[in-house]
Amino acid sequence: MKVLLFGTCLVDTFFPGVGEATVRLLRRFGATPVFPKGQTCCGQPAFNAGYEREARTAAAHFLSVFDGDDPIVTPSGSCAAMVKHHYPGLFRDDPKMLEMAERAGERIRELSQFLVHAAKAHEAGLRGRGTITYHSSCHLTRSLGVREEPLLLLSSLKGATFVPMPDAARCCGFGGTFMAKLPEISCALAEEKAASVEATGADTVTGCDSGCLMNISDAMRRRGTPVRVAHLAELLAEGL
Amino acid sequence: MSAGQTSLRFRENAVRALGDETLRAAMRHAADTFGTKRADAFAPLPDVEELRDRASAIREEVLANLPVYVERFAASATRAGATVHRAKDAAAAREIVAGILAERGAKRIVKGKSMVSEEAELNAHLESAGMEVVETDLGEYIIQLEGEPPSHIIVPAIHKNRRQVGSLFAKHLGVPYTEDPQELTKIARKALREKFLAADAGISGANFAAADTGSLVLFTNEGNGRMVTTVPPLHVAILSIEKVIPSLSDLPAFIRLLPRSATGQPITSYVSVITGPRRPGGATGAQELHVVLLDNGRTGILAGESRDILKCIRCGACMNVCPVYRAVGGHSYGWTYPGPMGLILTALLTGMEKSHPVVDASTLCGACEEVCPVRVPLVPLILGLRRRKVREGFADPAERRGMALFSRAAASPALFSLGQRLAGLFWPVARLLGGKDVAGRIPPPAKRPFRRKAP
Repeated sequence: MKVLLFGTCLVDTFFPGVGEATVRLLRRFGATPVFPKGQTCCGQPAFNAGYEREARTAAAHFLSVFDGDDPIVTPSGSCAAMVKHHYPGLFRDDPKMLEMAERAGERIRELSQFLVHAAKAHEAGLRGRGTITYHSSCHLTRSLGVREEPLLLLSSLKGATFVPMPDAARCCGFGGTFMAKLPEISCALAEEKAASVEATGADTVTGCDSGCLMNISDAMRRRGTPVRVAHLAELLAEGL
Repeated sequence: MSAGQTSLRFRENAVRALGDETLRAAMRHAADTFGTKRADAFAPLPDVEELRDRASAIREEVLANLPVYVERFAASATRAGATVHRAKDAAAAREIVAGILAERGAKRIVKGKSMVSEEAELNAHLESAGMEVVETDLGEYIIQLEGEPPSHIIVPAIHKNRRQVGSLFAKHLGVPYTEDPQELTKIARKALREKFLAADAGISGANFAAADTGSLVLFTNEGNGRMVTTVPPLHVAILSIEKVIPSLSDLPAFIRLLPRSATGQPITSYVSVITGPRRPGGATGAQELHVVLLDNGRTGILAGESRDILKCIRCGACMNVCPVYRAVGGHSYGWTYPGPMGLILTALLTGMEKSHPVVDASTLCGACEEVCPVRVPLVPLILGLRRRKVREGFADPAERRGMALFSRAAASPALFSLGQRLAGLFWPVARLLGGKDVAGRIPPPAKRPFRRKAP
């Protein structure tokens, strides 16, 4: 099965390892990932800051690059939620684009969603190691409704122990442009998240959104916490 | 009482709050407690989602016909013997209340908790007219002694711990220092009891106003609400127009939802339904009842894209779960209403020019929407206000230019790649200058972006 891979601007620019891990996972489970080279960003930074026209430009570009009938897979709950829930509103006055937006919304899957529902990866007996805790990122959890899939995958890892995090679904303070506009609050929330990670005693914290993981990782670095921060794709790909 | 709006300084306010460890510990403790109690209170209810749907539908119905229900309430309340006043704005509300009190020579006023009276800055106005105004809700009493506005719509002194309250009482009431909550409550009760018995008038708010019967409904816990509304000869209730519900028979849904959402109680200690003043020969109630219905811009909000905020029933659940509110406390928002519902109301009621930074005071995490008992679409409302902020020219000019550049790069893969390379070049400098700003907190861009090795 051919799947179009939306890397996301953060993975593309900062975390290519997450992209590579995603490719390996998709291939392992029988999919043929294709990365449309024209892709850029879903437009969320503009959309969330109130720049509707700018967001629409980015969204229109995304829809043209990802046109077609193939499933779209992305290692980000937030970007998937943007396409699924906010694109249609951006094109409410343009029937042709609206139709494209709605179709893209039906085609897009966040990686863990795809791995569990389309590939049954949680039944594949993947290997893991150490103790792992999980941050339940906001848009993945509350907007996309993906709560169980990452947990199914993590608890299926042979050789690893999953430990739940207290208040796992409390925001880490990233919030896209929030991080830039109100950095002091963003840091305070990331600190609190880092403390929750520490409280689990896990040696690795994971999640499905690179923005959140970047923010948590920064707080860890400041606190000198020796906990590894890794995207779920990276952890799963290590066990292939 | 709000001593000047400081919403424009949201970030500075927040930074100060973040440095206040006492406040942060109090906020964490309170938010955790309310979060747990709320969850526990809802757990045994089998039909929570249906109940929320029903309550949401009732509030929708009110908004769809607000002028009709307000008129109907006014007519019913009048029939029940109350005098109903309509206040277009806060100044009109202040004048009306002060006029009613002055006409009857009222000097000593006791007050029940009312956020609408805070919004109208009523206390300062009455005090400047020579009246003594005593807040009788324990939390409100505490912050009135401190000279602070409430920092939460339900728990006004949420930001204070018992040691601070102990010191405050010792300083203002001439009592020996104690930090025992029971002792502190006894001290307040004794002081307040004298005020109740001597009061010329009581001022209260209302949680709901039933259009069919003209009844005011108050959810309270301390008994002070009942004292304020029944002991003095005159009762003045001040409420905003959207508090109306079509019928008293709609109340049960809110009885089940409001206390659970607000304080995690299955029901508050008191639910008072006040229909008109004391009947001739009756045993309870004020002899005279006035109801002041405040608009203060709500009719305008109703006609606009943010109308759904008027569904809000002021339970405070959204602030209890908001990570930003939890970190910075209510005073940071700089006006009467804090947290998610508060920042929306602040922008709408005070205007973008006085408040625009607060519309950014959300990570858009959506925790608020998850708990809202009447399904107010808080995240879309916040996004709508951000669009308005940009549209009306209140966005930072550098951000505006950045977003214009962003949209060009987002539509051009070549420009996007160039941006990635430039980010790599400038990162070391940015890191040095960055600190807590974004440049100091993001990792270096990868030497080879993913697109160069992707299949």
